[in-house]
Amino acid sequence: MNSLVLETKARNSIVLSAEGVWKSYDNGAIAVLKGIDFEAIEGQTTALCGPSGCGKSTLLHLLGGLDSADRGRVSVHGVEIDRRFNRLRFLRHEVGFVFQLHNLIPDLTLEENCLIPTVAAGTDRRIAQERLLQLANRTGLTHRLGHRIQKLSGGERQRTALCRALMNRPKILLADEPTGSLDEAASVAVFDLLLDIVASENVTLVMATHDRNLAERCDRLLEMHDGKIHEVEYAR
Amino acid sequence: MIFFKLIVTNLRRHRIRSLISVAGIAFSVSAMLTVVTILQGAIGMFSGILSSDSEIIVFERNVSDLFFSNVPATALEEIAGWPMVRRADPVLFGIVSSADHPIITCFGVTADDARIRKAIWIQGDRFAFGQHSDDVVLGERAAEFLGARLGQQVPIGHGVFHVIGILKTANGFEDGGVFMPLSSAQSFFHKEGTSSVITVKLRGKDDAALFNSKVKEKFPDLIALEDAEFTRSYSQFKILKATAWAVGGCGLLLGGLGVANTMIMSVFTRIREIAILRVNGFSHVQVAGMIFGESAVVSLLGAALGLLTGTCLLVALKEVPALHGYVDVSVQPVVMVIVVLLALSTGIAGALYPAAYAMRIRAVEALRFE
Repeated sequence: MNSLVLETKARNSIVLSAEGVWKSYDNGAIAVLKGIDFEAIEGQTTALCGPSGCGKSTLLHLLGGLDSADRGRVSVHGVEIDRRFNRLRFLRHEVGFVFQLHNLIPDLTLEENCLIPTVAAGTDRRIAQERLLQLANRTGLTHRLGHRIQKLSGGERQRTALCRALMNRPKILLADEPTGSLDEAASVAVFDLLLDIVASENVTLVMATHDRNLAERCDRLLEMHDGKIHEVEYAR
Repeated sequence: MIFFKLIVTNLRRHRIRSLISVAGIAFSVSAMLTVVTILQGAIGMFSGILSSDSEIIVFERNVSDLFFSNVPATALEEIAGWPMVRRADPVLFGIVSSADHPIITCFGVTADDARIRKAIWIQGDRFAFGQHSDDVVLGERAAEFLGARLGQQVPIGHGVFHVIGILKTANGFEDGGVFMPLSSAQSFFHKEGTSSVITVKLRGKDDAALFNSKVKEKFPDLIALEDAEFTRSYSQFKILKATAWAVGGCGLLLGGLGVANTMIMSVFTRIREIAILRVNGFSHVQVAGMIFGESAVVSLLGAALGLLTGTCLLVALKEVPALHGYVDVSVQPVVMVIVVLLALSTGIAGALYPAAYAMRIRAVEALRFE
């Protein structure tokens, strides 16, 4: 295949993109993103590295449709996330989030927490249960399904958050420091699992992390600094 | 199921606060139920006095209270002679007092009035009624609080009367009242030749419209109303009913403020949780539904508890001797439905602002700053 064909194919498989995106807070006093250009290819894992406050989380929020850019264009499958964009459908069916703090509801059981996205989306209960069992099996949480969140270890909680994020079979997973609150062993275990699942389900992963070792295991590593993507390294 | 669990979870998290809100609604519902039922019972009893063996009441047009109504004896004579009329009984209402009881209802009636005929005579002879001008018959409760027995002389108002009978009725007003011969009552209250009302029993119920129009034509100063219509339109009843609902409504408003406070606190303490739900695909409507659902649970629990305590209170009040015959414990289903709906509406109204606030929560901000 010539380079034009390869370029066209890559362009067609761009899942997420940001073009000249600016974002600031406090009425422009704090500029966080300063003209970011970004693309995520289908099934690719991308790590965003950089110091705290460099805009990693903000970029993830914009890519996930949780926030709007001041300037520039953020698109999903070529469709710009703007006022006309169906954010609810996007959140329900196309994207999953994993946060540093697991953000689970403590009074509910593991099972109930995982089923929340399916309740929101109105997924058939039987289908939701099947999916839950599948994910619980893969993440080794089957025996913990009926347990409340307080009873789970940090690693189990983060695995639960991963299950929840993937319940509606999203094609995009945005992870903000997914292992940031775990010790090294648990961190590696959760990340192994994360990579394994996104690879098997062909999920596009964009992950913000401080952990250089984990970041280097992704397909791409983008270094962010001062609101810009300064350099692009291909870890693999 | 999970949606419902999300609703009750927060109530369980803050049990005391939830219980206080439930108690607030319960107290309001209980108060409303009690006040409305007692007043409706009182209205029912008063209507019962008027509709005793009759279906139409004739009284003076545009009077604010039946005690001020004057129906001339000539009207009674003419109405009694109309072919569609089976019976026409004059009743004169008055208020008398004794040493310890400033308000005693007095009924001036004829000897063959239904109130005399149909009552249970505990003591005395029904046929002796009306033979002497200073004879009175006491209701059972009136005899009790006046400490009067058959054959005794009792001071009532400025006069002294001879008790010739004690009767029992199911009606609290009648049971606590004094029955005088009509002529004696007319003389006592200086209303010679008049009665307060005429209670009319027709030969056929279909004659009511004809009767009413005939009264309108012949006696422009009088008005004839069917019992149900009278109960609906009598201004005193309307005022009483409105007062009862207003008092209950104020109670519910306070209960609603309690719910609003609880729901506001509920939203404020779970901003992050709501943000998580939004990130996981909950719509504004689903978030608002959760808040409204929470307030609805509080309201319905409060309403159920209020209905239970209110009914218990009514049963207890019925056993109070002084209120014997005044309290009707049988709560009307329509009252129950209205009270529950009002409680629910109050709860929903109380959740309006919290729900609107919850809908405005921006997930990204809640996640970033909390």
